[in-house]
Amino acid sequence: MLYREAGDFKTSYSADSQTFPIRFDRWGYYVVLALAFGVVPFLINDYWASAVLLPFLIYAIAALGLNVLTGYCGQMSLGTGGFMAVGAYACYKLMTSFPDVNILIHVLLAGGVTAIVGVLFGLPSLRIKGFYLAVATLAAQFFLVWLFNKVGWFYNYSASGQISAPTREVFGIAVTGPEASAAAKYLTCLSLAVLMAWIARNMTRGSVGRKWMAIRDMDIAAEIIGVNPLAAKLSAFAVSSFFVGVSGALFFSVYLGAVEVTEAFGIQKSFLVLFMVIIGGLGSIFGSFAGAAFIVLLPVFLKNVLVGGLGWATDLAAHLEIMILGGLIITFLILEPHGLAQLWRLTKEKLRLWPFPH
Amino acid sequence: MRLKLLAAAAATLMTVAPAMAELVIPALNYRTGAYAISGIPFADGFSDYMTLLNDRDGGIGGEKINVMECETAYNTEKGVECYEQTKGQGALLYIPQSTGITYQLIPKASADGIPVWSVAYGRTSAVNGKVFKWVFNLPVTYWDGASVAVKYAMSEEGGSLKGKKIALLYHNSAYGKEPIRTLEKLSEKHGFELLQIAVDSPGQEQKSQWLQIRRERPDYVLFWGWGVMNQVAVQEAANIRFPMDKFIGVWWSGSEGDVLPAGAGANGYKALAFNGTGTDYPTLQAIKEQVIDAGKNAGDGTKWGEVGYNRGVYSAAVVAEAIRGAQAKTGKSAITPSDMRDAMEALDISADRFTELGLKGMGGAIKLSCAVHSAPRQAAVQQWDASAKAWSLITDFMDPDFDVIDPLIEEDSMAYAKENNITPRDCKM
Repeated sequence: MLYREAGDFKTSYSADSQTFPIRFDRWGYYVVLALAFGVVPFLINDYWASAVLLPFLIYAIAALGLNVLTGYCGQMSLGTGGFMAVGAYACYKLMTSFPDVNILIHVLLAGGVTAIVGVLFGLPSLRIKGFYLAVATLAAQFFLVWLFNKVGWFYNYSASGQISAPTREVFGIAVTGPEASAAAKYLTCLSLAVLMAWIARNMTRGSVGRKWMAIRDMDIAAEIIGVNPLAAKLSAFAVSSFFVGVSGALFFSVYLGAVEVTEAFGIQKSFLVLFMVIIGGLGSIFGSFAGAAFIVLLPVFLKNVLVGGLGWATDLAAHLEIMILGGLIITFLILEPHGLAQLWRLTKEKLRLWPFPH
Repeated sequence: MRLKLLAAAAATLMTVAPAMAELVIPALNYRTGAYAISGIPFADGFSDYMTLLNDRDGGIGGEKINVMECETAYNTEKGVECYEQTKGQGALLYIPQSTGITYQLIPKASADGIPVWSVAYGRTSAVNGKVFKWVFNLPVTYWDGASVAVKYAMSEEGGSLKGKKIALLYHNSAYGKEPIRTLEKLSEKHGFELLQIAVDSPGQEQKSQWLQIRRERPDYVLFWGWGVMNQVAVQEAANIRFPMDKFIGVWWSGSEGDVLPAGAGANGYKALAFNGTGTDYPTLQAIKEQVIDAGKNAGDGTKWGEVGYNRGVYSAAVVAEAIRGAQAKTGKSAITPSDMRDAMEALDISADRFTELGLKGMGGAIKLSCAVHSAPRQAAVQQWDASAKAWSLITDFMDPDFDVIDPLIEEDSMAYAKENNITPRDCKM
């Protein structure tokens, strides 16, 4: 009834090709943005920021990045953790070398550094495909982690091999370090997440994204119709790594404040982000957010229900948490192999017809 | 809408019910994951001692103690979540139980004004209380441990290590890397060759490392391992027939769970210790009778008397002493984290006091001050007897080489102060 395009007339091409063609969607989007920017910062506390919202936003950026590569361009990657580490260490070196520069610039530059590294490791994708490429990116994962653990220059020769983020400010408000307020950290991550999603959305529906999708669907056919596989694949690696690098930089500087490469950016991180993309939906911007929300929020939610609500033992709850999460992932993949994004799409289709489905 | 529904449901449930008791001690335990074998005994010991105090004495100064367990799985991200979740509920003191989480909490807790006690792990230079106002690192540090291990090896070798080769087999993390700097200094001083061999977390695969040890034939292997890595290393050492009495673990690599899987092969394996072994303490017996036999134990009760369990009891006893100190000083039974910090700094537990607590010989006498946040900084060597299935102390508690370590601590803590714009406190009374 409310959710339909009837009566919502478009008078220009740009209006017709907008992201949210249905008025209800559009308003929903504006309301969510208004709430996220206007209301949440006033209500947020340290727990909500550190346990729920920051990881959600940061993983969403990482998932967006991997979605560009795997979902849109069809290139399998298991190097996400390693690329996040590049972002984190680039950010650390920049923060400590140029303390007076705005941290947001450092975060974006760290993304740029990661993009370069990503292109380097993306070169094999021109010759190898599928599982073999996955193995090549796996090598990137292990090599990068080993590198940051081995070479002292990357962690400024600190005794423990840890890197820790000093306090840095944006417009006079601390966003990294222990003094940073929950709202400042949240707004930094939120702004970057929204910006990244906006970039990703507009890239993927433009000519660049169409080339990626052509390569994904059939690379030989794409080449015949004039898509340059070199440019398309490497640009996908660059853009994807940029996003992943930004998320790694935020993960280190804003969210945790101190990281150790083997623990924070190990192979399990690569799998975690890959699960987010698969559960959320390959080739979907909304899916990246939904997948990140599923993987980040569900364990916290279950923990609070089982331990806080029901008062069960913490170890029992932790084990159950893993089992429930695993069970849900399998159930989802059987019932809806295209992920949460597809569920959302189906819901919208049904809503358009509601309440007269025939 | 799924997301919003979830969020709405989460909003109602994620706000945790406030604590009922007034002395809140969060326990960042890990009973799951690759490190659970090391984490469970400590968690059980800590909780059981507090349960004993609650049941037998009605808490401390009439206030019940609420040990708020939070599962971290030895994972830094979950540790941060636990910290944020519990800090708003009147947490008096954090025992992070992980070097990685300690590094996270040092700046956070200092900013929030909650003391952190890393029980013989974490950042060694936190000994310098002038810089690390909110952080405590008693009873001993990794650098002390490295020094004691070298000292012990030296005494075994008749006073000189010149020309000897010592390998350090370590967990490739902040924890495992801690002793390297000290060992490098000591190798210069005593003229032994230091061989560094890293094992990546979680350490189930050590074949190549032990192959290297077999090839290089070090005279001693010092071992900084944790969790599942310990039992694998002990098993591998037994497999290549490395002389077990030349294989010395740090205190986190010397628990029952680490040596039992290797069976008779583990006989003679040594480890450092900062707390007593066995069950011959009145308080441990009381825990057995009043807590475990009464079915109020935190775990399954099988860890009672293990090295890790005793360590939990020891930590809990020291925390209880600090709470008593804070109550005596402020005259209130409900204390604040800031009172707790002052009490930790003024901590003075003599050997007699340990006897009064029913823990005679469990640990060395502790006396802290504004500038010194760790004492007594001693460690002993314990050895595993596979036939009796028991650890026993084979040396007295030994002092480390303070001449080497104290300048290192000064240097490292001052570097931290400079990085973070901390003006060291002036500790003149």
